[in-house]
Amino acid sequence: MYRYTEFDKAFVKSRAAQFRDQLERWESGQLSEDDFRPLRLLNGWYVQRHAPMLRVAVPYGELSSAQLRILARIAREYDTPSQSVYHSAMDAQAKLGSTQLPTNTAHFTTRTNVQFNWIPLDKAADVMDLLASVDMHGIQTSGNCIRNISCDERAGVAVDEIADPRPFAELMRQWTTLHPEFAYLPRKFKIAITGATEDRAATDWHDVGLRMIRNNAGELGFRVSVGGGMGRTPMIATVLREFLPWNQIMNYIEAVVRVYNRYGRRDNKYKARIKILVKAEGEQYIDDVEEEFRQIVELDGGPHTIPQVELDRVTAAFVAPVPVIHEGTVASMDAAASARFDRWVRRNVASHKDAALRIVTLSFKRLGQAPGDASAEQLERLADLADRFSSGEVRVTHTQNIVLPWVAAADLQALWEEASELGLASTNIGLMTDIIACPGGDFCALANARSIPIAQALADRYQDIDELDDIGDIDVHISGCINSCGHHHSGHIGVLGVDKDGKEWYQITLGGADGSEGSGKAQPGKVIGPSFSATEVPDAIEAILGTYRELREHREKGRYELFIETLRRTGLDPFKAAANGARAKEEVPA
Amino acid sequence: MNDTPRLRVIDACAAQADDQKLVLRLPNDADPMALANGPDGLTGVERIELHFPHFTDGRAYSQAYLLRRRLRFTGDLRATGDVQIDQLLQIARTGFSSAVLKEGLDAADASRHLEQFAGFYQRDLAGNQRTA
Repeated sequence: MYRYTEFDKAFVKSRAAQFRDQLERWESGQLSEDDFRPLRLLNGWYVQRHAPMLRVAVPYGELSSAQLRILARIAREYDTPSQSVYHSAMDAQAKLGSTQLPTNTAHFTTRTNVQFNWIPLDKAADVMDLLASVDMHGIQTSGNCIRNISCDERAGVAVDEIADPRPFAELMRQWTTLHPEFAYLPRKFKIAITGATEDRAATDWHDVGLRMIRNNAGELGFRVSVGGGMGRTPMIATVLREFLPWNQIMNYIEAVVRVYNRYGRRDNKYKARIKILVKAEGEQYIDDVEEEFRQIVELDGGPHTIPQVELDRVTAAFVAPVPVIHEGTVASMDAAASARFDRWVRRNVASHKDAALRIVTLSFKRLGQAPGDASAEQLERLADLADRFSSGEVRVTHTQNIVLPWVAAADLQALWEEASELGLASTNIGLMTDIIACPGGDFCALANARSIPIAQALADRYQDIDELDDIGDIDVHISGCINSCGHHHSGHIGVLGVDKDGKEWYQITLGGADGSEGSGKAQPGKVIGPSFSATEVPDAIEAILGTYRELREHREKGRYELFIETLRRTGLDPFKAAANGARAKEEVPA
Repeated sequence: MNDTPRLRVIDACAAQADDQKLVLRLPNDADPMALANGPDGLTGVERIELHFPHFTDGRAYSQAYLLRRRLRFTGDLRATGDVQIDQLLQIARTGFSSAVLKEGLDAADASRHLEQFAGFYQRDLAGNQRTA
């Protein structure tokens, strides 16, 4: 992992002190509510449905065990509402049908950050100080600026890697942090980067998507695409450069962002993302970026060209740790346990570029907790697992799970046993119950409908592991509103919460893809018809899956066609018919 | 303390009296590059004023960059409009040399806000760069 220098540490502490000063001026009335809001957002502080929400940055998804312990402490000591806040929240949610709202909990997000839902604003500055003690912060996790850079969760350990993207992600973290020119863009701006052949970072869905490649001469560079995004106008990024030399990446991104800062729309926040500019201007936008890039290099002297020595310095911070391999033997398993363990290894464990190691995904999708939620106790125990089995390091995935990147093959059984006790060994990575979901209408002020109860109803229904295996790889994504934090557009099955006459309804989309190999080229799903009630959604999805099982064909090597493959082959009609047939007869959507 | 050059921070009322120079006022959707290519260019211009209609509208930061870095404008570059104390650091770092605070704000509060960081990651127009 990158280790913060004294400069980095002092910088984060200065930012925490600056935020404390702003908070105090707001509390004393020197800063108005309107003037304070953009400042707190730039530090990750929202005010949500019931309470403030803090979003903590996890740069390119990497966390150390020391950081996990501080997150656990924040969950335990600060993520607690007052009785009156909690009671009024429960009263409000009870009207929708929710019977519980977790407290003292951290939530892993689809942009690999961590959120807390209950910290009172008057504790905000103390929490920022605590985060700064382990080099963490909320800088640029909200606001109309360049957000946290997300990355392949297998960066630096993947077998299909062309180059480790983390040194570039770190250089970009530094360059984007408090960039004075780009703090007040027309709208938020998200960058994703991968160095592998498989796109595990949904790069084509980002404002800037970067894929490391080698050209015919063997030189390293980036394929640069711009203008992807979800929200109410889902758009797949346009390729601006098939190959950009690696040392030019920051000059080029500066050109992309400067043209956007100058010409992006500011009159309508729903049309303010860069995707709208790229779509509206087309070739003109590309020409403007290329001309700006030329001038940055030729007239400004290429101020952000990365020197080899700087890349080497940052790369040296990402040396592989000496693997932890435990002595001794593990207890022998009975046949049933052995079968469960083998199944978990096949599903949740991946090969590593070091043959003695494995990449393990711990599932945060299980009964009784929302997707991506971790209690204070679980965070604490996760830190212990990271120390014992993964050289003290974990990665947050955009599918809201946790990867242990440095596990010795010989330790898999011991890890599995401990993760099972913690409830983190669900054998479901990539399967039906590995659902992506935003916090939705239980917490979020923007949501039109709740996401968590839908995710829980589906999880309840699909607990039979043989059935899950039979359904196979499938992406189910749930968003509580069109802002799409639950990535419903890229789900093979997407569920979108909508509000009709003050009631919760859900649109179902089919055929979306995040751009990974299994899903095919990134594309938004298509709405299959009028929206469904909350109780109809699981029935409709069951009918859709039933249709898949009827229509799927055998493929080579004895495997079935995947859900998405069948859907592409047959088209949406049979699935639409099945879903519509599952509607409750007495309920008619508006 | 960082090495951000001193930004001249001016109270709104004091700015009224400070108007002797040849001043060019640019709206924030104007293209500074077109200006440079125009018949008179920037010749004789002593001050350029860039406007923030609201402090969250960041277009003038890019204009300032282009004027200072690309067009090498050496006169006074002034921020006007909804200029708040908490934006002064960015204003200084993108090449502005003076800023007129929004009415009601006190320039005496400004200096400590310009000194909150020992250094920055970017080599910006104020000459800052990382120090370690």
